[in-house]
Amino acid sequence: MMQTITCECGHSNPYGTSLCQACGKPLTQDVEVLSSMRYEGSARRSQTYNKTFVDHVWNFFSSVKVGVWLIVIILVAAAIGTIFPQETFIPPNVDPATHYESEYGTLGLIYYLLGFHNLYGSWWFIILLGMLGLSIIVASLDRGIPLYKALKQQRVTRHDQFMKNQRLFSVSKDVEMEEVKYTLESLRYKVREENGNIFAEKGRFSRWGAYVNHVGLIIFLTGAMLRFFPGMYVDDILWVREGEKASIPGTATDEGQYYLENNEFILEMYDKEEKKFNSALSSVDGEVAKNYQSNVTLYKTKPDHTVGEDPELVKVKDGEIRVNEPFKFDSFALYQTDFKLNEFYKMSFELEEKESGKKFGKLTVDLHDPKQEYDLGNGYKVKIEEYFPNFILDEQNEPSTVNNLPDNPAFVFSMYSPETPKGEKAFVGIQKNIESGENQFKMSFAGIETKDLTALTVRKDHTLWIIALGGLIFMIGVTQGLYWNYRRIWIKQNQDEVWAAAHTNKNWYGLKKDVEFLSNKTSLIPLEEKE
Amino acid sequence: MAEISSTLLYSAFIIYLFSTLFFAMSISDKKNKDAAHTKKWGKVGFISSCIGFVSQVGYFITRWMASGHAPVSNLFEFTTFFGMMMVLAFIILYAIYRTNGLGVFAMPVALLVIAYASMFPRDISPLIPALQSDWLKIHVTTAALGEGILAISFVSGLIYLIRTVDQSVSSKKTMWLEIILYSLISVVGFIVVSLAFKGAGYQSAFEIMNDQNQPVKIVYEMPVIAGPADGKQLDDSFGPLFSTPSWMNGVNASIKLNTFIWSLLSGVILYGLLRLILRKRISAALQTKVNMNSDLLDEISYRAVAIGFPIFTLGALIFAMIWAQQAWSRFWGWDPKEVWALITFLFYAAYLHLRLSRGWHGEKSAWLCVLGFWIITFNLIAVNLVLVGLHSYA
Repeated sequence: MMQTITCECGHSNPYGTSLCQACGKPLTQDVEVLSSMRYEGSARRSQTYNKTFVDHVWNFFSSVKVGVWLIVIILVAAAIGTIFPQETFIPPNVDPATHYESEYGTLGLIYYLLGFHNLYGSWWFIILLGMLGLSIIVASLDRGIPLYKALKQQRVTRHDQFMKNQRLFSVSKDVEMEEVKYTLESLRYKVREENGNIFAEKGRFSRWGAYVNHVGLIIFLTGAMLRFFPGMYVDDILWVREGEKASIPGTATDEGQYYLENNEFILEMYDKEEKKFNSALSSVDGEVAKNYQSNVTLYKTKPDHTVGEDPELVKVKDGEIRVNEPFKFDSFALYQTDFKLNEFYKMSFELEEKESGKKFGKLTVDLHDPKQEYDLGNGYKVKIEEYFPNFILDEQNEPSTVNNLPDNPAFVFSMYSPETPKGEKAFVGIQKNIESGENQFKMSFAGIETKDLTALTVRKDHTLWIIALGGLIFMIGVTQGLYWNYRRIWIKQNQDEVWAAAHTNKNWYGLKKDVEFLSNKTSLIPLEEKE
Repeated sequence: MAEISSTLLYSAFIIYLFSTLFFAMSISDKKNKDAAHTKKWGKVGFISSCIGFVSQVGYFITRWMASGHAPVSNLFEFTTFFGMMMVLAFIILYAIYRTNGLGVFAMPVALLVIAYASMFPRDISPLIPALQSDWLKIHVTTAALGEGILAISFVSGLIYLIRTVDQSVSSKKTMWLEIILYSLISVVGFIVVSLAFKGAGYQSAFEIMNDQNQPVKIVYEMPVIAGPADGKQLDDSFGPLFSTPSWMNGVNASIKLNTFIWSLLSGVILYGLLRLILRKRISAALQTKVNMNSDLLDEISYRAVAIGFPIFTLGALIFAMIWAQQAWSRFWGWDPKEVWALITFLFYAAYLHLRLSRGWHGEKSAWLCVLGFWIITFNLIAVNLVLVGLHSYA
């Protein structure tokens, strides 16, 4: 600091101080003691310098008023984001550009055009959060450090002007100081003495609460930002059919790659007859789910496995995954997220002569991996010319498929027999059979096998402990700042008078009870409140 | 066990009603303004609210035993619990400040909350998989306790406003104060109307198309003012006077809107009757009864926020995040309920910062506490009933 101010008590204060750190004397004429008490009249950078660009930025962000405005703007923005569902909550297969207008009309369209459908990820919302973070840091440094120094330097004996300008003050005569000291100690004040004067304080640590909780918030926000660094965060979804193995995305390392086998997916419903829940269950249509569960086995490849080869898997462990009970390994966790019951798995057909109804063999098509040709023996065979796993007629009225999921399988078969060596074509789908001409043979449906699928969220989050630490520190700080308060009582011998003054940063009701107790137990005149 | 539970809740309700009367007596007797009278009835009021609380704890425990899970899993159970936490918060703050006037207002608000809760289906319902976690009880109870304490700051702020707002002239402030009281009266209206139509067995059925475009039947239990957006009335009962706008597409949105309109209408009638009887603004009539130190009211309402804010943060944000991480694999997902918990947090954070500056104590502070309670009730009720999200299980 460029210069210091030396008080008449001999203490040297940093430039910008308004109340002497040691004795509390106002260092300039126009200082109002009581209103300066919030930060002890300490030299805050924001109140001292106002020249350079850095000063202006500092002063802007150190202002509580600016901080409150930032909180309010974020609050309003957050509320706007709940008017209509965010993009992440609308159905996955719709186009947001049309969805908002068709669902919510003109307001929805405006909402979409303003980008409010993705509000919490928008650049301006992130900037607002960043500004709030900056405000928290600057405002804390601006106040916390000078406050710490001032409270550390405070002396027992205070200046007369400091004393008589406190909110609670009285002047007494003939006071037994030992009695005062004893009473204050019985109220669990920490009492210091100097030249026959007394300074009693209680709960100074609560003054740091605000700064501790701000540190916690900054750690929390930092943790939330770290998510965007590679390697810190994995969020993927894994669909596995019953009885199948799948490689778990994001788990490949030099040590090998993890695989998961879905042994069984279990869906349980509450029994409507169960007495306890009878009236609640009978009032709903349909059933109420009791349990979603996947029984799985975790495998890992050998470290030297090459990508693309059929891997040799080593079993790691078995596990059960339920909602609220993720399955954990290494730093990963798998969560029960979704399921699909009875997905078509294998479809069986028989080659049938239409007139006689005679059958010439059966074939079973794996809907995920159909063969090109099925030889039924004796010169009978069936070829799959085309396969549409999820059949739809496209805009040109041509057969097409929505995706690779066999939700509505359809085929173009060629049927060969000794009588029809050139083959007969037929289009076969669910409840569809279209022939190109008059065929002698047909594919008759002979059964379907289905499988259940489970969907698991694959998650790795190395930022969690930082976020948890931030939350913990925030809670400690906010409790220490709000559940305790910093009470101070000064007793000063002034010639034949005894001056008493008291201050607290909050809960004046509690302080007043303390000084009331003090004046009841001693010959001290009750402290009076100044308006 | 379930019957014992209902009986205990019912008796808690009655005891709270009496405790309100006792508190009112402690401040109302004009001939007997001496301290002994006030002290005696204040003590009786306090003891009876404690007994009521114990009875309600009994309801909570027996219902827990009957259902096998903490009874905080649907709107009836949660709202009842919220009322119970308000009573607990009142007991704590009364123990600190010993102000009878607080009881005169806090107990009726808690009563309203509990009566409102009982309008929801009261069946013991099973837990869906997402709710099967110990965090259900930890998260919900802590959040409700925080909200209960914050609600006392509203009560104290409201008394502050009734006490200090100038009633000699009609102003914006008196208007807003009347609106607050009217909203509370509308809750009474809602309860009266629901009970009346339920008692009469009123029903009106509509056929509407659901999301899968299949016809389903919905049943109104009040005369239909707001019909469904696109529905066919199946009987020749009253209404509808207009159709619910189609963008309101929460579960049973039109029935809720209809109920809401009935609440507001019955509120108007009750409010009008009161005005006719009192021949002045209700807040003006109350002002003559309230004789509390306004600094103390300000202190209580600030203290309630100071105590409630950390508990709310712990329950509604931190425990919520831990549970969300476990159940949904992410601690934060911008679900409407989460966002409104954050909004509540931000609002009270702003309040606590404003208390640092001059000019925000007293009246402005009291208005903020009212607004804060509005945010809490919005999150309790509207987010579940109106906005669609992961918490709309009730």
